[in-house]
Amino acid sequence: MSDKQKRGLSVESEGKQAGKSKLSRRKFMGDTLKTACGTALLGLGMGTYSRQASSFPAWTIRPPGALPEDEFSGACIRCGLCVRDCPYDMLRLAELGEQVALGTPYFVAREKPCEMCEDIPCAAACPTNALSHELKNIDDARMGLAVLIDQEECIAFQGLRCEVCYNVCPLEGEAITIEMQPNRRSGKHALFIPVVHSDACTGCGKCEKACILEEAAIKVLPTHLAKGLLGKHYRLGWKQKEKAGHSLVTPDIKHRYNLPEGVRYDYNKGGLELPPEAKLERDSPFSSNPLESLKKLQNQESK
Amino acid sequence: MVKQTARNQFPGQQAIEKKGWWLAHKWLILRRMVQLGILALFLAGPLLDVWIVKGNLASSLTLEFLPLSDPYVMLQGLMSGHFPTTEGLIGVAIVLLFYALVGGRVYCSWVCPVNIVTDAAAWFRRKLGIKVSSQFSRSTRYWLLGLTLILPLITSAIVWELFNPVSLMFRGIIFGIGWAWMVILAIFAFDVFVSQRGWCGHLCPVGAFYSLLGHKSIVRVSAQKREQCDDCNDCFVVCPEPKVIRPALKGADKGISPLIDEANCTNCGRCIDVCDEDVFNFSSRFKD
Repeated sequence: MSDKQKRGLSVESEGKQAGKSKLSRRKFMGDTLKTACGTALLGLGMGTYSRQASSFPAWTIRPPGALPEDEFSGACIRCGLCVRDCPYDMLRLAELGEQVALGTPYFVAREKPCEMCEDIPCAAACPTNALSHELKNIDDARMGLAVLIDQEECIAFQGLRCEVCYNVCPLEGEAITIEMQPNRRSGKHALFIPVVHSDACTGCGKCEKACILEEAAIKVLPTHLAKGLLGKHYRLGWKQKEKAGHSLVTPDIKHRYNLPEGVRYDYNKGGLELPPEAKLERDSPFSSNPLESLKKLQNQESK
Repeated sequence: MVKQTARNQFPGQQAIEKKGWWLAHKWLILRRMVQLGILALFLAGPLLDVWIVKGNLASSLTLEFLPLSDPYVMLQGLMSGHFPTTEGLIGVAIVLLFYALVGGRVYCSWVCPVNIVTDAAAWFRRKLGIKVSSQFSRSTRYWLLGLTLILPLITSAIVWELFNPVSLMFRGIIFGIGWAWMVILAIFAFDVFVSQRGWCGHLCPVGAFYSLLGHKSIVRVSAQKREQCDDCNDCFVVCPEPKVIRPALKGADKGISPLIDEANCTNCGRCIDVCDEDVFNFSSRFKD
C-alpha cells in the first residue's frame, strides 16, 4: 500500500469519525429537544387538568381545620392518616373517577356528618398541616356553612312543627335558632323558622343529615358559596348611631306620619296614641258602643 | 441462535438445575415477601382491625410511634409552599437516611407495588417473545422528575399526585381502588406491548427521585467473581436496568471495579438468583 493510499484511508476514516460525532451530537440535541418539548406539553396538560380537578364539588366537605381549597391541594399529601384517626369512620379518600381531587379526604354530610370530637384527632394526625394544627377548639371549625336552601319544601314554612335541624345542632341556639313568624295561611298560628347564624355554624352537617325530607332542605355549602358579602363602604345607620352615641346624619330626620292633629304613632310604644282630650270629647256621629249601633239598625229595619 | 432465544425466554434455567429452585429464586421470593408484607401490614388495619401501621406510603404511623414520610411527596408539598409538621419532618429524615444507606431504588424493587406489575409485564413479554420496543431515553424520567417539582411551584398544587400510579396503586389497595385498576392495567400493557421496562426503567419520576437519593448508597450488588462469567446473558435479560451491569461485569480490563456503582441499580438481586456461576453477590461500597 502506497503512502498516498494510506493517507487517503486515514483521511477517509477521520472524515467518517468526524461525521459520526457530528451526527451523534445532532442526534443528542434532537433527542433532548424532543424530550424537553414532550415534557413541557405533558406539564401543560397536567397543570391544566390539576386546575380543573381542584374545583371541589359543593356537596362534599373537607375535615375540620382544612386550609382553603386552593392551598389544600398543595399541602395535602393524600396519606389518609386523618381518615384512619377519625373515630367515626366518616372520612374517605377520593378514588380515581370521583369528582373530588384524587386521594384527598372529604365527607358527605347527608351520609355521615362530622361528630365534632373535642380533641380533633383527624387534624392532629395530619403530617403537613393541610388540616391545620392551629385549630384547638372544634367550635371554631368552619368546614362550611349550613343554609336552609329550600324554603318551599321545608315543612317549618308550611306551618308544621319540626325543628329537627335545630335540635341536632351541636351548637343549638347559637348556630341555629328558631324565629317565630306569623302564619298568614291560618291567620292565627306561628311558623317556627330555623335560622342559621354564620358566626357560630361549624358546617359539621348534622342538620343536613337529620333533615326529615327525602332530599334535605338544609344543606352545608362551602362558605364562599353560602355567604354574601356587604360592600365595604356600606354603613348601617342605626349601628353607627349606637356606636357613636348620636346620629351621624345631622339633623336626624324624624320619620313623619300623615296623621290628624294631635294623633301620634310609635311602633315601639303601643302604636296609635290619641290626644287625651280626644278620648273625653268625642265628636263622632258613631257610638263607641256596638250595641247602640245594632239597636239603631234594628229600628231602621222595623220602620 | 434458536438456543439463545430460548435461553432469553427462560433465564435462570441453568441456575435452577445447578443451584436448586430456592437459590435460583431466593432474592425474588424475599422481595415479593417484603412487598406483599408491607401491603399486608397496611391492610391489617382496615381488614382485620389490627392497627400496626396506618396511613399509606406518602405518610404513615407505625405502632402509634414511628412516623415515616415519603420525601418525594413532601418535597412536592414544599415546592407548593407548605412545610411539614415536626412529625412529618422526622418521618422524612428517617426515610431519607434509610434509602441513602441501602440504595435509593430499593424503594422500587422492595417496596413499590407497581414493581410487581412491571416485573410481571417483563416476564409476560419474554414468554410472548415480543422483541419490538419503542425507544426513548432512559433519562426521560429525570425530565419528568423536574416537571413534577416545577408544577407545584407554578400551580401551588401537588399536581403529580393526581396522576402518580405508584401512590394511586398503593393507596387504592388500602383505601379503595376506584378506577385506578385501569391505570395499573395500562402500565402493564404499556410495558408488554409498547416499551420494554417502559414505566419503571424510563418514565417513573418516583424511581428517578430515589435513584438520586441513593446515589452514594452503601449496599450494592457486586460482580465479585466476574472472571467466572460464561456470557450466558441471563443477568442482562432479567435486569430491569441492564445498562448498570456491563461496566462492572465486563470492565476488568479497563480497571473498573466489580461493584455495580450505578444509581439506577434497584438492588433487586435478580442477577444473583439467575447466575449459575455465582458471579454476583450483595456487597458494600467499602468492600471493593
